[in-house]
Amino acid sequence: MSIFIDDTTRLVVQGITGRDGSFHTRQMAAYGTQVVAGVTPGKGGQTFELDDGSQVPIFDTVEDAVEETAANASVIYVPPAFAASAIMEAADAGIDFITAITEGVPVQDMARANAYVLDCGARLLGPNCPGLISPGKAKVGIIPAQITTPGPVGVISRSGTLTYEAVNQLTQAGIGQTTCVGIGGDPIIGTDFIDCLEAFQEDPDTEAIVMIGEIGGTDEQDAARWVNQHVDVPVIGFIAGQTAPPGRRMGHAGAIISGSAGTAEEKMKTFEENGIAVAKRPVDIRDLVKEALGV
Amino acid sequence: MDIHEYQAKELFRNAGVPVPPGEVVTTPEEAEAAAASFGGQVVVKAQVHTGGRGKAGGVKLASSPEEARAHAEKILGMDIKGFTVEKVLVTPAEDIETEAYVGVLVDRSTQSPVFMVSPEGGVDIEEVAETNPEAIRKVAIDPRYGLLPHQAYAMAAFLYDEPSQVKQATKIIGQLHDAFTANACSLAEINPLIVTPAGEVKAIDAKVSIDESGLFRLPEVEAYRDLDSEPASETKAREAGLSFVKLDGNVGCCVNGAGLAMATMDLVKYYGGEPANFLDIGGSSNPDKVVAALEIITSDPSVEVILFNIFGGITRCDDVAKGIVEATKRIDIETPIFIRLTGTNETEALEILKEAGFSAYTSMDEVVETAVQHAAKA
Repeated sequence: MSIFIDDTTRLVVQGITGRDGSFHTRQMAAYGTQVVAGVTPGKGGQTFELDDGSQVPIFDTVEDAVEETAANASVIYVPPAFAASAIMEAADAGIDFITAITEGVPVQDMARANAYVLDCGARLLGPNCPGLISPGKAKVGIIPAQITTPGPVGVISRSGTLTYEAVNQLTQAGIGQTTCVGIGGDPIIGTDFIDCLEAFQEDPDTEAIVMIGEIGGTDEQDAARWVNQHVDVPVIGFIAGQTAPPGRRMGHAGAIISGSAGTAEEKMKTFEENGIAVAKRPVDIRDLVKEALGV
Repeated sequence: MDIHEYQAKELFRNAGVPVPPGEVVTTPEEAEAAAASFGGQVVVKAQVHTGGRGKAGGVKLASSPEEARAHAEKILGMDIKGFTVEKVLVTPAEDIETEAYVGVLVDRSTQSPVFMVSPEGGVDIEEVAETNPEAIRKVAIDPRYGLLPHQAYAMAAFLYDEPSQVKQATKIIGQLHDAFTANACSLAEINPLIVTPAGEVKAIDAKVSIDESGLFRLPEVEAYRDLDSEPASETKAREAGLSFVKLDGNVGCCVNGAGLAMATMDLVKYYGGEPANFLDIGGSSNPDKVVAALEIITSDPSVEVILFNIFGGITRCDDVAKGIVEATKRIDIETPIFIRLTGTNETEALEILKEAGFSAYTSMDEVVETAVQHAAKA
């Protein structure tokens, strides 16, 4: 099994003709994801050619795409100024699962879009995230497929390349993943750690969970307490930013220590208090997973 | 992005918030002239991007223009928590009956703007939150509807008993919300909001942080950016599209991705070293970015080694390798460079680096440990 996406996912790509959108559409389709439609306003009626020569129909609106192709998931590669609008458009069209890759969406735009998505009963992943991959089934977003392999570990992370680092080490050690989810580095995001933990907890194939967090906010602490109460499988945690100075934004808009809140030390301590094995270095994640799985 | 008090007051004034007049000056002579033009008592306030200005001696009351000049002389050039005071705000002193706190910020846990108000103003609100949490009222604002009139009224009534003051504060809370949404603020704060003996409610201090992601729509707010308040290296990095934060160590770090960049810094520390910076070159393998990154890192005299940590996913390792080779042709670098590349097109990358005389690592731990050892010997 896997969480959020699998081989039945029917994906529409918002911003399919853009530089990033077109590149990643080819990658996702080549991996086996069912890319059923694209949306670029003004280009409705055209088609987008995949590497195998097949044509993906392009629509002006997500509503048209859903009506014609029964798409049930969308991925967004549009510039920051239009991202919140694209998210709300997808939710309005009845898409169940929306992944926003775009980095740099204004935070107040996101507050509004997030509330709208919840009203529509949809799930949003991101923004400012690498998306997710259910190895062997489907990939939505930009996670490089070659570093993943099917297996029993669920991975949740606020980061992109750091996740790749950890997942690659698991894969090289012969340990595969059910789903790897990048939830994004912004202060306001849709799906959070707890949403993913809940989904992994319900997935019978997930035998261990890796949580990769970073400085800023209290999501990791809340998630740790949730793990303590609700999660039966072993959880391994890592926090980036132990050397980050307070008050400075470390790349990700959400990676900032405010006052004494949101430090790596505080998060690691809360992990430990709630029975999560804490990796000191990225390489230790692999070893702790091995230990937890007894392999 | 933090802006100065006088800039924050300008945003508040534009939204209609009653803020006393003020003049920003850079010399003691100008401070004296400003004080003379206002007449009466004035306050001379250091304009720096940090709190605790009063405790540091950066805020002084002056009874005469001469005294204002003397204060400005002391405050200008003063160092407050690492920031040099380049400007002071001269503003008429107000008589104060009561001091309240009114602030609004983007709250991560409720995923919405949240107002915080307290009748205990003029002090650090985090301290009030700890010692007397009942004195703070928090109201989450639904981003779909914005601030509702009854919410503003309820907050004002929490602050004041006198009907005229409640009425004035209700209006000010609405105006603060307008300024907050119009200017992509992540924080907008009035502390203190005072009541004068005549019963007027006024904002006499202002603090605003702007969401960097919202600035593309707000060129007039972008113009508030104070380049003097950040190291030149950070200005250059921003212009080159790099995410960079200067630190105090000697291991220069150049990494793709913010999370991996933080983890790399942490690993430097783990092996006994100190990172000189946080630097995320992003997903692009544009050689110009690599050149800019290397220029910024090598301009820091305390850097003893340069450490590249690249995980090629979408970013292709061979592109980054080309960027490094190109960069070292364009600029003269004497600092030893330690490179770790792994992932997409790793083999091609190692070949390119080898031809140019670089050796590369594939393990993150190995390259960090080696770089740290080298820095320690230097």
